[in-house]
Amino acid sequence: MATSSVRQPHERAFRTGRFVAMVAFAAFFLFPIVFMFVSSFKPNEDVLRDTTSFRAFLPVGDISLNNYGDVFEDVPAGLFIFNSLLITCTTVALGLVVNSMAGFALSRLRWRGRNLILTIIIATLIVPFETVAIPLLLVVSKLPWIGVADGALTIEQGWLNSYQVQILPFAANAFSIFLFAQFFKTLPMELDEAARVDGASGLQIYWRIIMPLSGPAIASVAILTFLPIWNAYLWPLMVVQSEGVRPVMVGLQYFFKVAGGGGGGGGVRWGEIMAYLSLVTLPVLILYLALQRAFVESIASSGVKE
Amino acid sequence: MAGPAILLLITFLAVPFVLAFVLSFTNQRLLSPNPTEFVGTQNFARLLTVQLLTLEPEIDPATGEPGRDAVGNLVYPRVRDYTRRNPDHPELDGLQEYMDIRIGESKVVVLVGDAVFLRSLINTLVFTLVIVPVQGGLALLLALLVNSRMRGVNVFRTVYFVPVVMSMVVVSLLWRFIYSPQGGLLNGIIGTITFGAVKPVDWLGDTALALPAVMLMSMWQAVGFQMVIWLAGLQLIPPNLYEAAAIDGAGRVAQFKHVTWPGLRNTAIFIFITITIAAFGLFTQIDVMTRGGPLDATSTVIFQAVEHGFRKQDLAYGSAISVVFFILVLLVALVQRRLTREKA
Repeated sequence: MATSSVRQPHERAFRTGRFVAMVAFAAFFLFPIVFMFVSSFKPNEDVLRDTTSFRAFLPVGDISLNNYGDVFEDVPAGLFIFNSLLITCTTVALGLVVNSMAGFALSRLRWRGRNLILTIIIATLIVPFETVAIPLLLVVSKLPWIGVADGALTIEQGWLNSYQVQILPFAANAFSIFLFAQFFKTLPMELDEAARVDGASGLQIYWRIIMPLSGPAIASVAILTFLPIWNAYLWPLMVVQSEGVRPVMVGLQYFFKVAGGGGGGGGVRWGEIMAYLSLVTLPVLILYLALQRAFVESIASSGVKE
Repeated sequence: MAGPAILLLITFLAVPFVLAFVLSFTNQRLLSPNPTEFVGTQNFARLLTVQLLTLEPEIDPATGEPGRDAVGNLVYPRVRDYTRRNPDHPELDGLQEYMDIRIGESKVVVLVGDAVFLRSLINTLVFTLVIVPVQGGLALLLALLVNSRMRGVNVFRTVYFVPVVMSMVVVSLLWRFIYSPQGGLLNGIIGTITFGAVKPVDWLGDTALALPAVMLMSMWQAVGFQMVIWLAGLQLIPPNLYEAAAIDGAGRVAQFKHVTWPGLRNTAIFIFITITIAAFGLFTQIDVMTRGGPLDATSTVIFQAVEHGFRKQDLAYGSAISVVFFILVLLVALVQRRLTREKA
């Protein structure tokens, strides 16, 4: 800026002040996370003892991976992680397909009632999941599913304690549809017209032409679906009681009860708890650091809806 | 091609949404041997009834003066004599005591249908009233700090945003240790800085401190989200406006007041509304950290919806709470529409 050369001393003080503030905030946001990772390598007693000194944030003392081993011994943490991976990946994949198809139909195909449907879908954005969670519990407890019993297909009633109850309710998402529709509108219509002249069907145009051009929208929707499903707590808490399909976050709450000092003497096993916390945070953190730009852009895109 | 998505949205959004309203007028339970019946507005009456009962001190028959107990306090008739099948006060039947106020010698008792729900509603509103300006303001401050071309500024943006990608369950358990009265990190830090002058505090076990402690933790986790949105808003402001203001001799404060803030109007509306709606839905932190305690000091609307609708399997009452929650959200959304329309 032109004025910066005129008011140099003032400018320098301002910049120093700003830098100090930025570092202070960075410390505020990082200290719990550093503490979490560092403590996950320490014996339970050391975690408590170190809180009174700077050692709390340093990997010093009796460092080992024992806590991680203990986590897998105490609870089937590997199974919980597998369950969450399966649920999250399936929801993201399914969500990308159904929402992009809907977005395509609502932005690039012409049919009666299209604008009405789009308006209704956008209107549903105002309904938070918490509003429908309780009645949805009743709905999924009544829905039928095809099961296998004695080598024959049977119809079972009720989705409680299953994978599908954690996946299907979140596959279609009004905001994802909206994001796809908005993005598809920015692609030139001539693409579709040229393809139609060559005899392509709507489905072919969608799959062969539009989707390959929609990387940014796909990334945004994938991230915006991935995060809440991996971190899901309220819904799986209500619909999953059996260990076999339990996801990581509910497993974490369960593990906290195991390591929370209930019986057996000794206090809360904080070292092990920090190991579990680190274990479920690391995948998301790595993904975030690798795809930072896409993460931040997907969040920013949620702010531009009007 | 929109078929699959529409079908899914109908099954998992539209049907339960309509069902929330229908169930709230019944006595539906998740598993019940009895058939479901319509009970009218009974659930809402239980949620929203507020009655005042004025009690006069009991007169001591021996002296003709108001009676006093051993410690000298005035003696009042028992509230439960009014609320337990009192034929003279059918409107008070089954109500619970929420609080009382002394006016002169008489005592005014506030009676409500569900004291825990009212407490939860008030907690939720207090949480929202604090978190909206503080978190929104802090996020703006962070956005202003990192909105520069300084080298390495991206590192700071990355760091501020990290808690947003962490699960609220993870964050809640982590902060449970930070707040722990037995060797917790916060007490450790405070004790070290003050050389032990400040005694350890049970942050989550104190009725006055528990909700503020949850507020601080919630802001730590979520503020990076709003920072990113403020930042997107800041970058939409044309740089030549700042140049023009600088030529006119505007300092940093004047530039913020006359260029930045007016340019952020719609971003601000969006941010304050989304924080409000998220704050109304406060649940995970509470469920993991305090279970609504101590003494319901951190119980919230959605926590109550889950307590009744899921843990006590009373779907009807849980649905009624969900409906009240939705109406709150709807009111906020209507305010947003109004504010956004006025811009012209």
